[in-house]
Amino acid sequence: MLKKISTIPFKDTAEQAAKLDAVIAECTPDVSKLMHVMQEAQGIYGYLPFEVQQKIADGMKVPLEKVYGVATFYAQFALSPKGKYAISVCLGTACYVKGAQELLDELSAQLGIGAEECTADGKFSLTACRCIGACGLAPVITVNDDVYGKITAADIAGILAKYQD
Amino acid sequence: MYRSHVLVCGGTGCTSSNSQKIIETMEAEIKAKGLENEVQVIRTGCFGLCALGPIMIVYPEGCFYSEVKVEDVPEIVEEHLLKGRMVKRLLYTETVTPTEIKGLNDTNFYKTQHRVALKNCGVINPEDINEYIAYDGYQALAKCLTELTPEQVIQIVKDSGLRGRGGGGFPTGLKWSFTAANKADQKYVVCNADEGDPGAFMDRSVLEGDPHCIIEAMAICGYATGATEGYVYVRAEYPIAVARLQIAINQAKELGLLGKNIFGSGFDFDLHIKLGAGAFVCGEETALMTSIEGNRGEPRPRPPYPAVKGLFGKPTTENNVETFANIPPIIRKGADWFASMGTEKSKGTKVFALGGKIKNTGLVEVPMGTTLRDVIYEIGGGIPGGKAFKAAQTGGPSGGCIPASLMDTPIDYDNLTAIGCMMGSGGLIVMDEDNCMVDIAKFFLDFTVDESCGKCTPCRVGTKRLLEMLDKITEGKATLEDLDKLEELCHYIKDNSLCGLGQTAPNPVLATLKFFRDEYVAHVVDKKCPAGVCKSLLSFSIEADKCKGCTLCAKKCPVGAISGKVKEAHTIDTTKCIKCGVCMDSCRFNAIIKK
Repeated sequence: MLKKISTIPFKDTAEQAAKLDAVIAECTPDVSKLMHVMQEAQGIYGYLPFEVQQKIADGMKVPLEKVYGVATFYAQFALSPKGKYAISVCLGTACYVKGAQELLDELSAQLGIGAEECTADGKFSLTACRCIGACGLAPVITVNDDVYGKITAADIAGILAKYQD
Repeated sequence: MYRSHVLVCGGTGCTSSNSQKIIETMEAEIKAKGLENEVQVIRTGCFGLCALGPIMIVYPEGCFYSEVKVEDVPEIVEEHLLKGRMVKRLLYTETVTPTEIKGLNDTNFYKTQHRVALKNCGVINPEDINEYIAYDGYQALAKCLTELTPEQVIQIVKDSGLRGRGGGGFPTGLKWSFTAANKADQKYVVCNADEGDPGAFMDRSVLEGDPHCIIEAMAICGYATGATEGYVYVRAEYPIAVARLQIAINQAKELGLLGKNIFGSGFDFDLHIKLGAGAFVCGEETALMTSIEGNRGEPRPRPPYPAVKGLFGKPTTENNVETFANIPPIIRKGADWFASMGTEKSKGTKVFALGGKIKNTGLVEVPMGTTLRDVIYEIGGGIPGGKAFKAAQTGGPSGGCIPASLMDTPIDYDNLTAIGCMMGSGGLIVMDEDNCMVDIAKFFLDFTVDESCGKCTPCRVGTKRLLEMLDKITEGKATLEDLDKLEELCHYIKDNSLCGLGQTAPNPVLATLKFFRDEYVAHVVDKKCPAGVCKSLLSFSIEADKCKGCTLCAKKCPVGAISGKVKEAHTIDTTKCIKCGVCMDSCRFNAIIKK
């Protein structure tokens, strides 16, 4: 999947930087822990901006190209920030045959953004994800940690209305 | 001692429909009634009947409540736990007959199932090692370490006839013997829990419901092959499974069932969890190992096979979760017991994740050789809404489909291969007359194009070209000659790709071409999609005699393509229509048809 690279300027806090430093220090020089460090970094920042990738590369003494290579290889790593409410539409087979594509189209129409994009106010982001394993509830969407199963396109407006604050 | 036990499913399906809140409410209500020393609430792994979640079983009665809501909990506590009267309206309807309440194992969903790998799922608390031990846990490891030589362990696994449950079906005992035969200062055991096949959740359910059986099996494999370290590579998308596995590893270490000198035998074994990050190709064994080493998960050419040069360049045995889950019972009950189940060349049972257009979506385990008809109609409860069965998809993006005409084929490795399908890891997606098979093939190709790692050209470029051809077909722009080219390219990709992902990527196309060629032809020659799925080939129209002129569709149409006077038949302007189908959904007189 082509990843959208963020153009939003990178900001971090001293607290975030200290956390990342600690993770890097704990795992260096074991290069096999690179993915683990990147997963932790994404937990700290919500995504992996170039500045963070550079810091990991320098800290673990691996080429930036390798960090970038891993970041773009795995679906889990995001190169642009997620919205306050991250919406994922499961496009696993079970959800797909039960109409998940229609849910994605409806969300896209109502939010005015495509998959892998974030609304201008930073409130909602939309992702088409692979099977989350809740096939018994197909079709499924998640909004942050809330799961909505067995829904239709008609339910979308009502779900979005819950996240207006 | 408790007089009553309430088992609440804490699998991903039921957790998604709020079972955690149900447990918390239940515990609070029980406390409020002063029953906390009499009734115990236990969060278990998956019961299997995910369609009816959240699920709850109350023992000793064994009564099975389905689709329980948080609001129902006070009633269950008050009526059932305090006064001893079952809450009939919440009982699983299959268990209720006019005269009696049937046991769960007498219902259609459970009666033909035979649980080996899922034995403890939905039965024990997966976060308590003592419950696993009470169900014979770690006996098999003790038997291996104290009574059997590594060679004897391998012989038992060989004799059992167990084959890899990840999809390939390679004999497990043989795989172990290859690693055992290689001398090295360090060997590894790897458990493949990177269940990337969309629509499959067997491995996740085992890890969530019975994590200790995987730990025990990996230690046994370590002993048999001479490895002292193991890795479980599990998807980061499975947070519950990861958390429970970590708890289980910690508990096993505390009791000395992992670590140094296990059972005083001098055998050391340590286990690590490695989180995947969402890459389908990492289900391929060499790609998985490359990923554990911290790299992009690209596959390596074989040979050398992992048994010679695997993880970190050392001899490695890799098996999938379900394969490992079969090991402890085989050691405990013997090879003959295991080999007594199944067909001639496929022994034991197989777990399937039933999904798609089927009533009882969920997790089932049946002996090898059970027919698809039994799985879908007996256990699965058939197709909802009175629709006709069209095909079942097995093996996900690497697999094929089984059409209605072959429903009585006994399911095992060789039979499925013979009909051009594959067992796969166990995802079984049911499709009905409303699903277009060309669209399904396109869906899987779209997936493989996304997930191709890009290392070898046949897969990277070939799958992309396949997808473009399928696009052309679903848009009505293809010719019959394109169908031949499509097939030719499929065989080229199969023969020339580096790893399993590319070699199997064309399977969904080949299988649908084989069994549903008429649907392809309809798209190409008649420019029609018989199932009414492919939008470019659809047209909507209004049947004048059914239309009452209520104007609802005209109001709902987002592009103003519908016109007509009140109380007179309306018409659709097909040049404006964007085929969204809103009119059809809103019409109360079934006057709108799509063709």
